[in-house]
Order: sequence, then C-alpha cells, then structure tokens
Amino acid sequence: MSAQVILEVENVVKNFGGLTAVDRVSLQLREGEILGLIGPNGAGKTTLFNVISGVFPPTSGHYRFMGRDITGLPAYKIARLGIARTHQVVRPLSELTVLENVTAGACFGRGNQSLGEAEKTAVGVLGTVNLTEKKDTLAGKLNLPQKKRVELARALAAKPYVLLLDEVLAGLNPTEVSVVLDIIKEIRERGITILIIEHLMHAIMRISDRIIVLDYGQKIAEGTPQEIVNDPKVIEAYLGDPKLAQALVRERGER
Amino acid sequence: MKRVFTSPFLWLGVAFFVVLAAWPMATNDPTLREDLFLILMFITMALSLNIILGFTGYVNFGHIVFFGLGGYMGIYVMSILHWGLFTAMLVGGISASVLAFILGAIILRLRGAYFALATIGINEMMLAFVSNFKPFGSGIGLSLDFGVYKAYGGAGKALWLSFILLAIAALLAFIITFVLKKSKFGLGLMVIREDEDAAMVMGIPTPTFKNLAYTLSAFLPGVVGVLYFFKNGNIEPGEAFNLEMSIEVLVMIMLGGFGTVSGPVIGAALYEEIRSWLIVNPLLQSMHLVVAGILLLAIILFVPIGVVGWIRQRLPLVRRYLE
Amino acid sequence: MSINTLAASIIDGLLIGFVYGIAAMGLTLIWGVMEVINLSHGALIALGMFGALLAVQSFGLYPYLAFILVAAFGLVLGIIVYSIAIHRILDAPDLTTLLSTFAVSMIIIGAGTAAFTTSPRNIEFSLGSVNVGSSIILGTKVVAAIIAIITTVLLYLFLYRTRTGKSIRAVANNRAAAELMGIPSTKILALSFGIGTLLAMGSGALIATLFPFTILSGSTYELKSFVIGVLGGLGNPAGSLVGGLILGFIEGLIPNFMDTSWTPVIEFALFVLILLVKPQGLFGSEE
Repeated sequence: MSAQVILEVENVVKNFGGLTAVDRVSLQLREGEILGLIGPNGAGKTTLFNVISGVFPPTSGHYRFMGRDITGLPAYKIARLGIARTHQVVRPLSELTVLENVTAGACFGRGNQSLGEAEKTAVGVLGTVNLTEKKDTLAGKLNLPQKKRVELARALAAKPYVLLLDEVLAGLNPTEVSVVLDIIKEIRERGITILIIEHLMHAIMRISDRIIVLDYGQKIAEGTPQEIVNDPKVIEAYLGDPKLAQALVRERGER
Repeated sequence: MKRVFTSPFLWLGVAFFVVLAAWPMATNDPTLREDLFLILMFITMALSLNIILGFTGYVNFGHIVFFGLGGYMGIYVMSILHWGLFTAMLVGGISASVLAFILGAIILRLRGAYFALATIGINEMMLAFVSNFKPFGSGIGLSLDFGVYKAYGGAGKALWLSFILLAIAALLAFIITFVLKKSKFGLGLMVIREDEDAAMVMGIPTPTFKNLAYTLSAFLPGVVGVLYFFKNGNIEPGEAFNLEMSIEVLVMIMLGGFGTVSGPVIGAALYEEIRSWLIVNPLLQSMHLVVAGILLLAIILFVPIGVVGWIRQRLPLVRRYLE
Repeated sequence: MSINTLAASIIDGLLIGFVYGIAAMGLTLIWGVMEVINLSHGALIALGMFGALLAVQSFGLYPYLAFILVAAFGLVLGIIVYSIAIHRILDAPDLTTLLSTFAVSMIIIGAGTAAFTTSPRNIEFSLGSVNVGSSIILGTKVVAAIIAIITTVLLYLFLYRTRTGKSIRAVANNRAAAELMGIPSTKILALSFGIGTLLAMGSGALIATLFPFTILSGSTYELKSFVIGVLGGLGNPAGSLVGGLILGFIEGLIPNFMDTSWTPVIEFALFVLILLVKPQGLFGSEE
C-alpha cells in the first residue's frame, strides 16, 4: 500500500437543520484503487459525495485533492480539477443527444477540450460503454440501463483523476450488472481512481479493493471486503435491512 | 469553426435575410418596407430572447426592458447631446447589456417561475421608474427634433437607412445564434437548460455562463430599440416597456420552435403575418385576439415543440438544412 | 398634512388591501396546489368586473348579490379552463403553463374587447360615507372589505374543516403521496383552479363597486396580486391577506409623502427584493 493518497477527507461534518447527515467522516482514497462505500439507506453516503463534489459545502471538516485543500470550492471548480461523478438518480440531459451529453462531459471537465476534440473523445468513450449506435438518440428517450451508461460515459469523458460512482448498478439486471462491472474495471485499468457507492453487496465485494461502511453518518468500519463481511458491527448496522444483512452473510459464506 | 461556416443552413439563412432586405428596395415600396421592418424587428427580438430562453432555459418576461432602455438611451444622446445615429445605436446596445449584466448578477440566482416573476417585476419597475424620471421626460417621453433626420438625407432617406440597419441587426442575430448553437459555450448553456445542478458538477461555471448569455441577449434589443424609436421620432414609457410585447416575442419563439435557430425567425414572421391577416379580415377583425389566443393554446397543447421542432421530428432528412 | 388625513388615507388603503388580498389568494392558491402561475388571473378579474356590471345594469341585481353570482360562475369557468388549458400540460416545463394561461387571457380579453370595447365603465352605486376627521371613507369600501374578510374566513373553514378542503391541502403538499392515499387528484386540481378563479372573479366584482374599470384593468390587479403573493409567500393564502394589507398600507401611505406615480416603483422594487432575499414570503419558514 505504497500508493499515494489522491483524495483525503478529514473529519467532514454535514448538518441539515437539526439532522447530522455526515458525522466526522475521514477517509483516504489511494491512487488507482477502487474504494467501496456502503451502508444502510440514509447513512449519508450520497451526502458525502455531494460534499466532495462541491454540491454543498460541509458544515465543518476538510478535504484535500492531490495535496490541495478544496474544501468548499464550487462544484464546477472541483470538476475542473479532475473529480467527476454520476448521480444516484440519473440526470440525463434529456433534450440533447447521447453524443452531445458525452461531448459536454469532455468539454467542461478536467480535459477542458475544444468542441471538436471533445467530440472525438466522446465517440471513443461511447465505444467503451457500448453506446455507439445510440449516439444520435435523445438521451431522454433511452431506457434506464442506457441512461446509466450515458451518465457514466459523461463522467468518464471528462478525463477525471477520480471518479465518484453513485449506485450505477441499481436497477440493472444481472447481465447488465456484469457488463457495467467490466466497464468499471476497464476504467480502473486506465489509471482512474474510483470511489463507489453500491447496495449490490455481491458486486461491491467483488470489485472493491477496500470498503468503508457508514451508518447514521459515521464511519463504523473500514477494511478489505474480507474484513468487512466478518465485522459484527457491519451486520448489526444492516439489521434494519434484513435483505442486505442476508446478502452480507452470504458473502461471508462465499469467502 | 470551419464546419460552422460551411453549413448550408447558415448560407440559406443569410440569403433569406438579404432577399428580405433587398425586396422593398428593389420595388421601392415603402408599405412593404414598413411591414418588413416590424417582422425584422420581431425576428431580432425573438432570436435574442431565444439565447436566454431557448438555449439557457430561463423564462424571461422582461426582454422588452432592453429594447426600452436601449431606445431611451439612444434617443436621449441623439436629442439632448446631439450624437449621431451609429453612436446612439452603440450606446443603446451597450447600456442594455450593462443593465443585463448587473441584473443578471442579482436575479439569475432565482430559478424557474421565480425568475420569470422577477423579470415581470423588473419590467414594471422600469416602466414606473422611467415614467417618473425627469431626464427621460417622465410620462411624456422624449422626441427627436425633425432636423435630426437632415444628417441622413431627410426623413424619407432616414427611414430607408433604419430599415437597412435593422436588417443587418437581424442578420447578426441570426449568425450569432447559429454560431452559438454550434459552440462550446452554446453547448454549456443547453446543459444548464437541461439540468443546472448536473451542469455544475460537470464543470460548467454556471453563474458566469448564465450571466454572459443574458448580457449577450440584451445587446441587439438595445440596438433595435434605438432604430425603432429613431424611425418613430419619439419614445414614451408605455411603448418602450410594454409587457405584452415581451410575451408576444415569447409566443413567437414557441410558435417557431424553442431552442432552435430558425424557429424564432419563422415564428416571428408567422406571428406577424397571422396577426395582420386577422386584423384586416372583416369577419375576424373584432375577434383577432380571440383567434390568436385559440391558436396559441392549440400549439401549446398539441405541438409544444413548435413548427421547426415538428418538421425536424417528422423529416430527419431536412435536419441538416433546418437547425 | 395632518395626522387625520394620514390616518384616513391609511384606513382607506387598508380597506382596499383586503380586496387585493382575496384577489391574490386566488393566484396563490393555484400556485400552491399545482405550481402554475396563472397569467389569465388579470383577465379573470376583469371578467368579474364586467360580470358584476352586467348583472347590475341588465338584470337590476343588487351589487353584492351580483358578487355571489359572479363568484359561482367563476368556480364553473375555472373548472372548464383547467380541463381545457391546464390539465394536459401540468407536468410540462414552467413556460408551457405560463403560455397556456396567457392564451386564455388573450381569449378572454379579446372577447371582452369585442363585446364591451375598451372604454371605461362603472357601477353606479353608493352606500354613503363615513367621516374620519376631515376625510371621507366610502361605505362601499367598508362593505367590500367586510365581504373580503368573510370570504377569507369561509375559504379557511373550507380548507381546514372539510374533507375536500383537506384533500386540496394534501395535493398541494405532495400530489404523488395524495394519489397514493386515494385522493382523486384530477378532481381536486380542477376544483382548486375553480376556487382560484372564483376568488379572482369575485374580487373583480368587488373592485367594480369601487372604481371605474375597462376590460384591460385586470392587468393592474394581476400585477398587484403577484406582489402580494410574493410578500405573503406564494402558496400561502393567509399570507395573501396580510400581503394585501401591506400593499394597501403602502398605497395609502406613499401619496402623503411623494407623487402617487412613485407607488409602483416602490411596490415592484419591494417585490423583486423579496423574491431575492426571502422567496418563501415574509412569513414563510426557512427550509
């Protein structure tokens, strides 16, 4: 584990009125790894993503990206520095074509490319996510799995150093899941570091190098998938959600 | 950029404007010129409004503010300071853009209907303010001395001159819109229209982009305001800040096709034609507003993408020629 | 200027403020329930004025009886307008409903102009006056204010005490959730638009007993309704009454200090300011 820390989150707190959605969370994302972020619904995972990507500033705490303190920077500046993300609920740019969606990602992200270059990048990325034949379709007309891939492609086209993936597998069937997992692995092979939120226990255990577990906004566990599935605190956190707890136990059996 | 200027659509459009401008000149027909003056004016207004409305997705009911302010500033410098028409046009355009820049920094934080409401408020505030503003002649407004036209070869020549200048402004609006649609900046605006929060996360500096679009959309209305009131010889608050006209321009964009390049042009021409046809038709004369209202309602309910949007959807082959 | 004149002009302003209040309530109820800014609001107010005029002049009805008739007609008309012009496009972008209600406004004003021309009318009717110091307050204004207050109370009883009223509030709160609870949202939306129209036309009928008017007069009151709606918080009918009183107060106060023509400058400046700093209205809570 000699890889450099690319993103470091330190004691981040986010309050909404009286509610503490993220409570003193710290984590270190190392260059080139896939770090999984799991936890029951409402654990604060997406809120943490929103803070890191600059959607809203944290109540307190700091986060550093490639050695630079980026706490509270507006979202577009953070994106330009090289952090791209997808959303839990897909946000396709409905009245634009698939190609335009992805081109926009390439234009304004870290790549900051001209329109012509961006379009070439977009064509390449669409190949990676198997959407080439849909490039002239309006994004709003796609089905959910396709929309998810457009969103992934859009983030990827920005040529980020770090990619934040928020439940890209939710709502996909098993075949589609394995397709997207392959795409994620391919992205990692290109040297992009990935922080991924996922509910699909089986998938996240398979793909992550390390996993962090959040519950009620706090980090309750951190370790390799092996360590996580054997951590009694994690099972306890999932008790409110028996199905997920079972999935977790099943993972333990398989290891 | 090369791709942009070799587009057949662009040159078709340029040809359209040249023909429109040359037609009354070739036939030396002042009535036709007056009709086309209005159409070209509405085309410019609709194209410029489309930048903030159709591309960026901000519903602006106060587009006419820029027309009115530009008009007032232009007529003011011409009548009080005795500046020439060209300088006045520049003054009109720039002051409209400066106002938009300042306003934009304040009100573009509002979204959806709240922004729309604020623009109505600003329109009414300007109307009320100018009606009380002594340097602009309060409720009476400003008039141009007849002698002003002498510098342009008399009133008759001045009318032709303002028509030609307006045609150039309309052509400029068309080219700006087309280049914008094909540019990175334009793409950024359309991303904002589709989903402003996603746009931010994608790296688009949305506050700057929105404000630039708003500032850009204000310039030509300011210029057109000067031309229109120069032609009329006087300006008064009710005509300069007429909320109804703002909404009419909005209707033209809807009629032609929201967010397209040719939509506002076709919509403005169509709307003016329909209106003048209704007004002269003896049967429908008294009911022209009712008929126009029913027509608008039918478009919104059944063809919300407008004429151009509809054609593009039905005939994919013409898309290259109809942006 | 004496304290008496000042007091009288403020009282005068406040009385009219109640009437403005119910006009704005119509606008804000529709916004609250379906997030539609009704650009036909002003035309409907004008229609209410002419409805009252017709009832009084042609049928010799007592003006306040005309108010009830006009309001009832407004309810029906609103439901019809909703069914034709709003229902299909309720979930479309803001611009769509703005334009469809504007189209309705064009139709009403067009038909109104054809039928009544744009020359000013008034309802000849007097209830005497009350003297406040050296100033006079018209009886019709006092009665209009009382009717506006009664209307507000009735609206509140309806919204908070009846099953249908509670359904309206449920739909305003969260339409999807209300549908899951078995509330027929289409009927409720149509009814809400009907009540909004009832309030608009009713206020028009009251205003018609106070001032001369034309078919185009509605736009002034529509703009006032926007200002009031924003003051009191869009979607908050009680706020509208208070907002109406604030506007009435301003209109009563300002002419004592500067030229009356400055009033709209101040009103609209206040309007934009409130949109910017407290878009949820003066009495709305922070999120």
